[in-house]
Amino acid sequence: MSKAAATETEFVTAWIAEQLFGIPITRVHDVFEAERITRVPLAPSEISGVLNLRGRVVTALDMRKRLGLPPREDFGKQMAIGIDHDGEAYGLLVDGMGEVLKLSSTALDAAPINLQKNWAAICSGIYRLEDRLMVVLDVDKILDFRKDTLAA
Amino acid sequence: MEDLLREFLTETNESLDVVDNELVRFEQEPNNAEILGRIFRLVHTIKGTCGFIGLPRLEALAHAAETVMGKFRDGAPVTADAVSLVLVTIDRLKSILAELEATAAEPAGSDGDLIVQLEQMALDGGASAPAAEEITIGTLSPQVLERSLRPGEVSLDDLERAFRDTPGPQDKKQEKRGDDRRVGERREPGAANTNQTLRVSVDTVERLMTMVSELVLTRNQLLEIVRRHSESEFKVPLQRLSNVTAELQEGVMKTRMQPIGNAWAKLPRIVRDLGQELGKEIELEMHGAETELDRQVLDIIRDPLTHMVRNSADHGLETTDERRKAGKPVKGTIRLSAYQASGQIVIEIADDGRGLNLSKIRRRAIEAGLISDEDHPSEAQLHKLIFAPGFSTAEKVTSVSGRGVGMDVVKTNIDQIGGTIDLKSTPGRGSTFSIKIPLTLAIVPALIVQAGGERYAIPQVAVVELVHRGSNANLVEEINGALVLRLRDKLLPLLSLTQMLRLPKQPEANSDAFVIVMQVGASLFGIVVDDVMHTEEIVVKPVASSLRDIKVLGGNTILGDGAVIMILDPNGIAESIGASREERTIDGFVIRDEALPQEEALKTVSLLMFRSGSGTLKAVPLSLVTRLEEIDAKKIERSSGRPMVQYRGGLMPLIPADENAKLAEDGTQPLLVFTDGGRSVGLIVDEIVDIVEDRLEIKVASDTPGVLGSAIIRDQATEIIDVAHFLPLGFSDWFHGPQGHAREKKKLLFVDDSAFFRNMLAPVLQAAGYDVTALASAKEALTALEHGASFDAVVTDLEMPEIDGFAFAEALRANANFSHLPVIALTSTLSPAVASKCESAGMYGYVAKFDRRGLLQALKNAAVELQEAA
Repeated sequence: MSKAAATETEFVTAWIAEQLFGIPITRVHDVFEAERITRVPLAPSEISGVLNLRGRVVTALDMRKRLGLPPREDFGKQMAIGIDHDGEAYGLLVDGMGEVLKLSSTALDAAPINLQKNWAAICSGIYRLEDRLMVVLDVDKILDFRKDTLAA
Repeated sequence: MEDLLREFLTETNESLDVVDNELVRFEQEPNNAEILGRIFRLVHTIKGTCGFIGLPRLEALAHAAETVMGKFRDGAPVTADAVSLVLVTIDRLKSILAELEATAAEPAGSDGDLIVQLEQMALDGGASAPAAEEITIGTLSPQVLERSLRPGEVSLDDLERAFRDTPGPQDKKQEKRGDDRRVGERREPGAANTNQTLRVSVDTVERLMTMVSELVLTRNQLLEIVRRHSESEFKVPLQRLSNVTAELQEGVMKTRMQPIGNAWAKLPRIVRDLGQELGKEIELEMHGAETELDRQVLDIIRDPLTHMVRNSADHGLETTDERRKAGKPVKGTIRLSAYQASGQIVIEIADDGRGLNLSKIRRRAIEAGLISDEDHPSEAQLHKLIFAPGFSTAEKVTSVSGRGVGMDVVKTNIDQIGGTIDLKSTPGRGSTFSIKIPLTLAIVPALIVQAGGERYAIPQVAVVELVHRGSNANLVEEINGALVLRLRDKLLPLLSLTQMLRLPKQPEANSDAFVIVMQVGASLFGIVVDDVMHTEEIVVKPVASSLRDIKVLGGNTILGDGAVIMILDPNGIAESIGASREERTIDGFVIRDEALPQEEALKTVSLLMFRSGSGTLKAVPLSLVTRLEEIDAKKIERSSGRPMVQYRGGLMPLIPADENAKLAEDGTQPLLVFTDGGRSVGLIVDEIVDIVEDRLEIKVASDTPGVLGSAIIRDQATEIIDVAHFLPLGFSDWFHGPQGHAREKKKLLFVDDSAFFRNMLAPVLQAAGYDVTALASAKEALTALEHGASFDAVVTDLEMPEIDGFAFAEALRANANFSHLPVIALTSTLSPAVASKCESAGMYGYVAKFDRRGLLQALKNAAVELQEAA
């Protein structure tokens, strides 16, 4: 956020309800199509369920729910971004994948103070791209939703 | 050399651990020569081995320690300081070994300091502990070093050899050493000089385990595929593969099992040192060290256990003064115990200390922001708080505990392996932590069930039995919303899986069709599911931490078909079924039906319920049915207009159980098979409904051929079919006996007041080749006999009005004309009392009412004996 020594970071980008989001590529394990999700009874509403990804059990997290957005209306491919968090595999369900972008820290801004609270909690900055803004997601904070849910 | 060194390191480290513990014991029992002997020999072995492979530093240290031990053996007083010094020496040995392991070379350095102290101790006969402490490295070591080692070693060695030689000749000593080796091996087999055991690196076993797990999954997948193709040529080899896989899995699992004592090995030493440091007298009791559990589980609980024992010593037990003031024995006790209970390992850590200080916990919890000032948590809730992150009540940070590593870490570790931790505490009396952990994490057999459209796995260890609701809608009853099941003579609390997991209710008729009876600890309960699929060996995978709060889920697994399903946690379910588990415990609940009460047996009959044709429920006593079969409809043939099926190498005629009954066109055709004298008849039914235990009372007699009458079975009107009607329909010659022989038939008198039994049994006896006269009372029978009717044998019911079976038999015996007649009693209760009564009435034998085969056998025996007697 400071203007000193611009650094470049690669982001995996994804669309959720018309908004572009980015996750540092170093945190992304893989990108896959989420099929055959098994619902987990009594689970927090953000968790859509679990699925088998090449013999590994992956917990699928509904990003729309996490961001307080209405459920998806179209029934296209359900893409997911695979994340490893403390040795556990999570899949963040998104509407669609974008490109991998290499972005300079000069285009990075702090999250604006008027950003909604639940978004601000998981946003670690905003990139000013030429044609749109990209919200950088903080993976650890996304997965720390239990605290929010418990507090609510 | 590399291998040799590695072997040496492993063996020596193990030996040192043993020495550690033995020394602690020895300190408590200084007169136990056996312990001392063991320590001495272990140290001696270490010394010898070090000398052999050229490790002078270790050898010198071990030698000095051995010398002190030798003094103890010679009767030098065993002081705490002397033991401490030897323990310090052992620590030094261990640190040298550690470096040796890392660098493959003995580290440079001098142990003069310790050796001097040890020698001083040896010279003073172990008594001059303070002197030993005063000796410091700086001042004394050069001196002593100069005069000590070379000459000292030789002389002491000789001395010691002389000592050892005194009790007996050299070969005897060798023999003794052989024994010791075995003692050592009992704890950890695998010493170098035996080819029965083999040291394998843990990595190798782990890799094997992973591969076996994958193999099990693949095997399951294959089984799933073959299950869909009934005519697969892979079936047989796959069965073989399946068996081999199962054996392999078991074998690999076994290699992973280790006694829990391995995780306790370091505790005696730790407790001893703690006791000295804290100025407390502590006794550590260990029970069930031989309890085995999976290595992976063992590794995970090792540190938590150590931590908890430390905690008990530090926080749990009072200081010596406090104990004395409280009137307790000065020596505090920490008791560790482990045992296996219903597929789980229970580990308890109990102390007889002060118990949890509730007000202190409350204060600390408020400080840590865990609860607010206004909160007034219950005792149990307060207990739970000590597992909260960052919680520690230690007033001062000692080197022992209070370092921020708290009970929360313990709980996390235990949670991680699907275990639970519980705590009971009584102020002034002590606290007991009990940890329940699964035997193994890897593979468990599970029952796959369905509820609300999803499949779930239930670990089979908790499943006692399955109950199918069948057509009986009243199986599950409700008391103000609480579901219960009448299971034999008790009420079983039930939980609907659909409700518990808040699943959508399935509209189909087959929802809630099964009750799975489960037992967790002492509590017995049932869960209601829509369907039971099959059993499968599942590889348990832990759920993500964000799902770990869901108590009723114990993990997830990938099934043979690739789907992920959730594993239900029986413990969690048991907790959710009632706020207090104890309240729900049903004491003395009859789990297996071996203990059916006598009077119940008297009244009830096993009935096979089925539907046929008209759709009315029909029933037949199960004991009359030989077998239930489902045959492929395509295999039904016709011979002279009658349906037949090839069955067990013969042709079996098929008879409709109802005139409206139709043979299935395709698919399977359920049959009730009645067999007698090697012949079978198949009764065509539409659907086999259930087997019920109920009283059989025919309320309305029937004129319809094939129906005896109607009875109320489980609150439903049911037709009781007349087997006697159907048997002759299969073979026109049925009445002529199986072989159709012309030999003279034995004449049989059959007395029973119940028309039902007369109708049921008479044809059976006729079919077996007897000429049967069936009469309704003993009076009629006696009249018939007096009028000259002759019989070869008598079969009689026992419970009859006017003249009962016993009186009837006695009347027969009293008459010289009939006293030779063998009388066989039919009884609904088989009990010693009835048996002795039958005997004293002079009866030949007695059989259960529905035991057709038993009756025929008894008749045959009676005939043979009569012939022999004649």
